[in-house]
Amino acid sequence: MQKVSVLLFLGWVCFLFYAGIALFTSGFLLTRLELTNQSSCQEPPGPGSLPWGSQGKSGACWMPSRFSRVVLVLIDALRFDFAQPQRSHVPGERPVSVPFLGKLGSLQRILENKPHHARLYRSQVDPPTTTMQRLKALTTGSLPTFIDAGSNFASHAIVEDNLIKQLNSAGRRIVFMGDDTWKDLFPGAFSQAFFFSSFNVRDLHTVDNGILEHLYPTMDSRAWDVLIAHFLGVDHCGHKHGPHHPEMAKKLSQMDQVIQELLERLENDTLLVVAGDHGMTMNGDHGGDSELEVSAALFLYSPTPLFPTVPPEEPEVIPQVSLVPTLALLLGLPIPFGNIGEVITELFSGGNDSHPQASALAQVSALYINAQQVSRFLHTYAAATQDLQVKELHQLQQLFSKASASYEQLLQDSQEAETSLKTLTAELQRFLRGARAICIESWARFSLVRMAGGAALLAAACFLCLLASQLAVSPGFPFRPLLLVPVAWGLTWAVLYAGLAVTAGSKVDTVVLGAVAAAGSILPFLWKVWVSWGSNRPLVPLLPVPGPVLLLLLIRWATFFSDSFVVAEARATPFLLGSLILFLVAHLHWEGQLLPPKLLTVSRLGSSAPTGPPRHSGTYALRLGIGLLLCTRLAGLFHRCPEETPACHSSPWLSPLASMVGGRAKNLWYGACVGALVTLLVVVRLWLRRYGNLKSPEPPVLFVRWGLPLMALGTAAYWALASGADEAPPRLRALVSGASVVLPRAVVGLAASGLVLLLWRPVTVLVKVGAGASRTRTILTPFSGPPTSQADLDYVVPQIYRHMQEEFQGRLERTKSQGPVTVAAYQLGSVYSTAMVTALILLAFPLLLLHAERVSLVFLLLFLQSFLLLHLLAAGTSVTTTGPFIVLWQAVSAWALLATQTFYSTGHQPVFSAIHWHAAFVGFPEGHGSSTWLPALLVGANTFASHILFAVGCPLLLLWPFLCESQGPRKRQQLSGSEAEARVRPEEEEEEPLMEMRLRDAPHHFNAALMQLGLKYLFVLGVQILACALAASILRRHLMVWKVFAPKFIFEATGFIVSSVGLLLGIALVMRVDGAMSSWFRRLVLAQQR
Amino acid sequence: MKDTDIKRLLYTNLLCIFSIVLSIFIPTIFLDNFSILETHLTWLCICSAFVTAVNLVLYLVVKPNVSSRRSSLSHKVTRALKCCIYFLLSCFFLHIIFVLYGAPLIELVLETFLFAVILSTFTTVPCLCLLGPNLKAWLRVFSRNGVTSIWENSLQITTISSFIGAWLGAFPIPLDWERPWQVWPISCTLGATFGYVAGLVSSPLWIYWNRKQLTYKSS
Ligand SMILES: [Zn+2]
Ligand SMILES: [Zn+2]
Repeated sequence: MQKVSVLLFLGWVCFLFYAGIALFTSGFLLTRLELTNQSSCQEPPGPGSLPWGSQGKSGACWMPSRFSRVVLVLIDALRFDFAQPQRSHVPGERPVSVPFLGKLGSLQRILENKPHHARLYRSQVDPPTTTMQRLKALTTGSLPTFIDAGSNFASHAIVEDNLIKQLNSAGRRIVFMGDDTWKDLFPGAFSQAFFFSSFNVRDLHTVDNGILEHLYPTMDSRAWDVLIAHFLGVDHCGHKHGPHHPEMAKKLSQMDQVIQELLERLENDTLLVVAGDHGMTMNGDHGGDSELEVSAALFLYSPTPLFPTVPPEEPEVIPQVSLVPTLALLLGLPIPFGNIGEVITELFSGGNDSHPQASALAQVSALYINAQQVSRFLHTYAAATQDLQVKELHQLQQLFSKASASYEQLLQDSQEAETSLKTLTAELQRFLRGARAICIESWARFSLVRMAGGAALLAAACFLCLLASQLAVSPGFPFRPLLLVPVAWGLTWAVLYAGLAVTAGSKVDTVVLGAVAAAGSILPFLWKVWVSWGSNRPLVPLLPVPGPVLLLLLIRWATFFSDSFVVAEARATPFLLGSLILFLVAHLHWEGQLLPPKLLTVSRLGSSAPTGPPRHSGTYALRLGIGLLLCTRLAGLFHRCPEETPACHSSPWLSPLASMVGGRAKNLWYGACVGALVTLLVVVRLWLRRYGNLKSPEPPVLFVRWGLPLMALGTAAYWALASGADEAPPRLRALVSGASVVLPRAVVGLAASGLVLLLWRPVTVLVKVGAGASRTRTILTPFSGPPTSQADLDYVVPQIYRHMQEEFQGRLERTKSQGPVTVAAYQLGSVYSTAMVTALILLAFPLLLLHAERVSLVFLLLFLQSFLLLHLLAAGTSVTTTGPFIVLWQAVSAWALLATQTFYSTGHQPVFSAIHWHAAFVGFPEGHGSSTWLPALLVGANTFASHILFAVGCPLLLLWPFLCESQGPRKRQQLSGSEAEARVRPEEEEEEPLMEMRLRDAPHHFNAALMQLGLKYLFVLGVQILACALAASILRRHLMVWKVFAPKFIFEATGFIVSSVGLLLGIALVMRVDGAMSSWFRRLVLAQQR
Repeated sequence: MKDTDIKRLLYTNLLCIFSIVLSIFIPTIFLDNFSILETHLTWLCICSAFVTAVNLVLYLVVKPNVSSRRSSLSHKVTRALKCCIYFLLSCFFLHIIFVLYGAPLIELVLETFLFAVILSTFTTVPCLCLLGPNLKAWLRVFSRNGVTSIWENSLQITTISSFIGAWLGAFPIPLDWERPWQVWPISCTLGATFGYVAGLVSSPLWIYWNRKQLTYKSS
């Protein structure tokens, strides 16, 4: 089997998975249909006369306008309790001082002093609680769907009817200042606008100060009808410090002052709205649907009396979208077409002086117009799509026609009052609430066909992985035709589908196209396997026997179906990993490979499987196991709590050092972080020295010697700047900010150049052709002239290898000064793993830079853990001399579990609110301007760092047992005396470990093993995806589907894509080294002949 | 191997199960408000004491390991002391393993330790009774083809099933069922107990069914 075909085959399998994921996603994460209809003044929302015959009047539309101007102050992430008035305390008792409580004193004063002018509401926000979705909801009155949650930083103009559009068509002048998300949502809608970048969440003041610079002059200029100010400081303060930080108190006090100033400047025809777009969690993040995230503050104030009653003791709870129809009617605008909000009726009473009867009628009229508009929207929407539940829609229509009949009657006979008014109000409200409920219900509907198709495709791909991983190592299996035929079939089907679609005149759906191609290619493969194997051999032995490891994996897959376990995965994964580790140790003992047989003197008779003598000292594997458990437990200390478990406390070590108060602890932590960095460096260097690769003059080794310390230095310096940036004296600010741009980029640049060097010259072998050259030549005598064929070369290579060993051995014996003689010191035996380890450490540095400083300890643990695990696995793997080489299932499963565990211990959770957005600012403290792919890349690299590292490092699983081969003989040499050693050596020469050169000795088996490794890893990951997809589809009506299962599926799917790419890259790197080895040997042979 | 041996094994195992059942019902006579879940720690202690006592009695009565040597009293005393030390060591060892597995380090130390005690009772005490304080013999029994009698075979099965039971007992903990037995370490101790009982029941049966294949080196 050739290298290229291995990569192609793996690529094809990846494509199958991608197609399955895409198909499933397209059925599972549906978007709402966005209607482009617009409401207009001239066209009333329904039949029947409008109240007061208001058409035609100037400044009036569906209702006469109450206010001619409005000031909308949007304070991002203004949670309800931030604005909640604080009860006066018992004099002797100190109030609980929480930084965010009671800081908006101006609201409290005005609520107490002018109860008929102001009102505070708890506005109930619909998830997802991301700013863009909230802005859409606050202007269209609709419900943005889940799929929009991902596009928070790449927003597009709103196509639906919205308040801003209505204001524009009514000729009102809108002045905007603040968050530049509005620029993307409403391009060209503002008569005057001051946008400030919202992306830099670490910057608390730029946006707010920018607004304040323009706010009062604009206000005084009176050149506006609608003034919108969107402050971001509170939100950014939450992201950076959390709500419990003193900085939050400062920020809220500043907002309080803004509101106070505005209150003083308001004129009689102006309405002031102060609103939060969403709340924030205990950590200051948002995006999900926890109680703290979905309760925002909404405050209304007018200089003229607005409310007939005094505010209730506990503020009323209203849906956030209620603001849209309310504002529209108060300003004399049509309600946006797609609004499903319900007007706040008490605002339409006409103040406290009007007649109660008239005021009630006005309220009911507003409600009726609102209901007419919603009814019209439902009708239009139901005609455009079939998603709305027909039965419930019918009931709603009946309810509405009943209500409109009684409304008409009421208008005619306005004397018989109150009871009918009350019932009518109740009916209309029931209609509006029912309409909202049915919309919420239907915008979470799924395409079951696509979901089933996607799941089936994923299952088939998993089965294929399982089958092919067993076939890969069986000799003489024709993979090339097996690859070509399915690809041809897949292409044929794809072309056929595209042709059919084009002739039928419909659009070609790329998702379906991919799925058709995948299904078209997988079926011939399975059929061909069936024909060539199933007909003459039973198929059962092809499938691996499910041992305890597979049972463990089954348990893991089963956990994806329980929301509790998905939430608790951060704890469950280390548990399973620990179980697997202890099982490996116990199994080694069971097989008698842990202890020397003399300890187990009693009966070994009747043992069917001849077990070789243990290659290690008694407690070797036990120590490895305990060390692994210890590392796993330590990594578990870095734990970020999911929102669902309020009793759990997140580890404070995951926050950046900059958020720490107190110099001494900060310095200690900084020292620890740098210590971790240095230890990581030293460990890698020691490892390289142990296998003798540090002496090579090749560029990658030189880079490891000099470039890596430089990178560590850069990282440490960057951390120093980042953690103390706020404390720097003003004179140095420019320098500090410059350095915090340059340093991370320099480290990344160094890492990239190191990788390039590694790819250019991956063979890190020290070649010394000296005195022993003549001896080397003797073995080459069978070949006079250059090697003519690959077969010659294959024969020559081990020969050279052995004789180079011989030569170096002689040399080292002569110069005993070089310390303990290790057989492994010939560098050739570890050439593949050296390249892998170098690549991993080079990758680790930039990824580390994207995390908070203290996560460096986790990275150190990660390397230790994988090192120990590899040793433990190698202890349980017997090295076959001539192949076929097999990668064990337990190795692959443990590796995948370790990757998942590291995902959690680096402070991630599979929910959107836990994404580390600040990673986008590493090296770009000023933000990225309009570019979105670079921040996405940075944040993605931060989130999937562990996936990347473990996927790229996957080939180590194959290489390590060969690397560990050297340990046994070394022990024996140390035991024997030096005199005896010299005599023994000739016999021992035959046993000299070839280590990774064994792989080169059997290139066919090497490629097959790489393929098997890739397929097994893909299988383990792929079944996780399959489990997530099945869980999400089976439990699609579950309470937790949007909170737990859908985000888990998205994270798992993205993680799979990242991992599969990383895996291909890792395997490609091994192949690159292999290719370089070939040319290196060829050059060596030529040099020897000269 | 005779069928009578298997019968004896079955009876001793049933006695062990009986001791566990007694530990559930006897304390209710003497203690108010005693229940496994409410006063779990008390039950743990009582159950541990009962099982240890029954194991010791059975060891003295049945004498499964026929030791030909007559040993002196001092030898017996040191042996007993050694057994105690081994038992304590195994408790601490298991405690450390639990902490490494994710048990809380500082809170609930007593609970975790008592769990270690009961698991040691189910595993270490039978080992001590049967094999004595002899680590090599222990290691031998728990390796492939290491058992030399049906007693050791039964020991192997009960010990492994106790551990598996304790391991399975950890799974309900994260579930949101809000049951009282989901609290650490109740589900694990219950799991270990069930595992132990299952091992006691199944080992004679398993040995009986496989009596043709089982060939022990005559001791
Ligand atoms: Zn926001
Ligand atoms: Zn935010």
